[in-house]
Amino acid sequence: MAKLKDLASMEDRLVAGHGLCLGCGIPLIFKMVLRATEDPLIIANATGCLEVCTTIFPRTSWNVTWIHSAFENAAATIAGVEAMYKSLKRKGRIPKDKKIKFLGVGGDGGTYDIGLQALSGAVERGHDIVYVCYDNNAYANTGGQRSSATPFGASATTSPEGSQSPGKLQWRKDLTKILVAHNIPYAAQSSPHRWQDLYNKAKKAFETEGPAFLNVLCFCPTEWKYDESQGIRLAQLAADTCIWPLYEVESGKYKVNYKPKEKKPVLEWLKPQGRFRHLFKEENAPILEEFQKQVDRDWEELLKLESF
Amino acid sequence: MSTLKTLNGNQTIAEAVRQIDPDVVAAYPITPSTAIVETIAKFRADGLISGEFVCPESEHSAMSVCIGAASAGGRVMTATASQGLALMWEMLYIAAGLRLPIVAAIANRSLSAPINIHGDHSDTMGARDSGWIQIYSEGCQEAYDNFIQAFRIAEHLDVRTPVLVGLDGFIISHSLEVIQVEDDAKVKKFVGEYKPVYPLFDTDRKMTVGPIDFTDYYFEHKRSQIEGIENAPPVIEAVGKEFGKTFGREYGFFEEYRMDDAETCIVVMSSAAGTCKDAIDELRSEGKKIGLLKPRVFRPFPHQKIAEALKKTKAVAVLDRSSSPGAFGAPLFTEIRSALYDYQERPPIVNYVYGLGGRDIMVEHFKDVAQKLEKIAETGKVEEWLGYINLRE
Repeated sequence: MAKLKDLASMEDRLVAGHGLCLGCGIPLIFKMVLRATEDPLIIANATGCLEVCTTIFPRTSWNVTWIHSAFENAAATIAGVEAMYKSLKRKGRIPKDKKIKFLGVGGDGGTYDIGLQALSGAVERGHDIVYVCYDNNAYANTGGQRSSATPFGASATTSPEGSQSPGKLQWRKDLTKILVAHNIPYAAQSSPHRWQDLYNKAKKAFETEGPAFLNVLCFCPTEWKYDESQGIRLAQLAADTCIWPLYEVESGKYKVNYKPKEKKPVLEWLKPQGRFRHLFKEENAPILEEFQKQVDRDWEELLKLESF
Repeated sequence: MSTLKTLNGNQTIAEAVRQIDPDVVAAYPITPSTAIVETIAKFRADGLISGEFVCPESEHSAMSVCIGAASAGGRVMTATASQGLALMWEMLYIAAGLRLPIVAAIANRSLSAPINIHGDHSDTMGARDSGWIQIYSEGCQEAYDNFIQAFRIAEHLDVRTPVLVGLDGFIISHSLEVIQVEDDAKVKKFVGEYKPVYPLFDTDRKMTVGPIDFTDYYFEHKRSQIEGIENAPPVIEAVGKEFGKTFGREYGFFEEYRMDDAETCIVVMSSAAGTCKDAIDELRSEGKKIGLLKPRVFRPFPHQKIAEALKKTKAVAVLDRSSSPGAFGAPLFTEIRSALYDYQERPPIVNYVYGLGGRDIMVEHFKDVAQKLEKIAETGKVEEWLGYINLRE
């Protein structure tokens, strides 16, 4: 078990001075993820909040080797770096004892949507890479448009609530399970409010031989519209309501890492967030009911998968 | 030892890849370049190359893998055509912007719609502003020779710009030709060791590659990228000369065929130039003073040299195997017409679009063009500046 004191004394690989919003979940996630390996590391970052806010030329917040090429191709880019590593190791142009880890990162836009094909291809080919998605449920970098990770009923700028619409009418895409279906050695969901869970999973992912995927819920005060001091509490509530279960799948075996003693109603997670405010109008009561039912069904299914 | 082999265009590229053994090949199969990718895969399976072969799920990812791999610090190539190159389009600009010396073989093919698998230059012409150097090949031997030279040009420290080598889909990619395949060691020596520039693998440097530029830096960075391709001409020339010294076949920016005393001239690239040479021979035997100028390097465009070669003629026809809808002429025409603008003494010039979707162009078509050129030379007037060859209208 890692001790927080030891982790705190490690050098940051994502350093201060970036322009991410006050209360953003991204730096918390990556400061922890990047502590989970001490090997030299190369990161390929998809276009998005993290990329834009950390690398405004001529400054950078990255204290580690980092590359950005486009929005939809972080997985393919890091796969290319890894392929070159294999080649040059074989040809003897990288010393045998030099170990490098390869990390692709993107938001839900760059991962669930536009980058899904490249990610699917990269993990199917078995590159020895880790991919971490920070899922803030929207295209936050461009002002909060819907993504396939935007929750049912949420108002986003391209799925706005209005007199004729209760917001987004579709359920979230279950990306973690899509990755599991690729039969990769390691896939997991985590959240920044449980630092130990996040650290352990990132460490496992880095230690995995072959592709590993980590999907991390990332609170976003700007697009979720809540008091920015409440991010960690919202992350906790996402786990306690089972909206964002913490689990991992190692070689096909499911393990749920957190089971709330008392499962909280989804309302507790929805209420503090402005993007769901309209759901509390009387006419939208069926949407709230459907929301709860779907979360219950998903949670039951996950528990069943674990018991296999 | 240099040997004669009967190979088609795709095989000649694959043969060059085997000899050069790039560190990473990332390519997605597409007609008519598929056989390049398949042959490389088989070379890897048989242990004939030691580099990594990656077969991604799309051309967009193929170019993205190339970009990651080249940034990491090694020699990289790919092959594609048509829709594949179109799908790479976004990444072509990024490869050039990041100054990565990637080499691509393109079996030139038309673009949809309508879908068509045959040869024309729409694909690479569509990428003409992407920042890549473009070299076109008349036949299999040229494709082989150009591909080998491409690495030297791309990787030159003054250039550091990706290069694509075009070979006409099917007409070259699938046609057999007896070609001189040079000695493995000699080819390796000519291409030389790869020298990485700011490789990601130098992890102690902790570099940030591809950061975001706002209005304060983007323009300067783009300008410095343009300098790379502007630096290419002397390198292309030197590499072409050295290739000639080493292997006996010298290359320049374009080929002039029977141009010495030519009064009229046809400008045409790639495989059609071969047919055009036959037409020129026949016309010459009839006493017509006509010549051919075959551009080899389209980007950077050797505007001054071409203008110098054409300025004294009495009429020029530029034949394009692509169109630029709504523009004042197809790509090669607009370049050449513009290149001649500064010359007081300049010939009238006419544009013909030919061969879209692989439509044949035959000796008689060139003869028709020659006849029209003769009339233009006589009158000094171009009645219609654009025509189409072998088209039912």
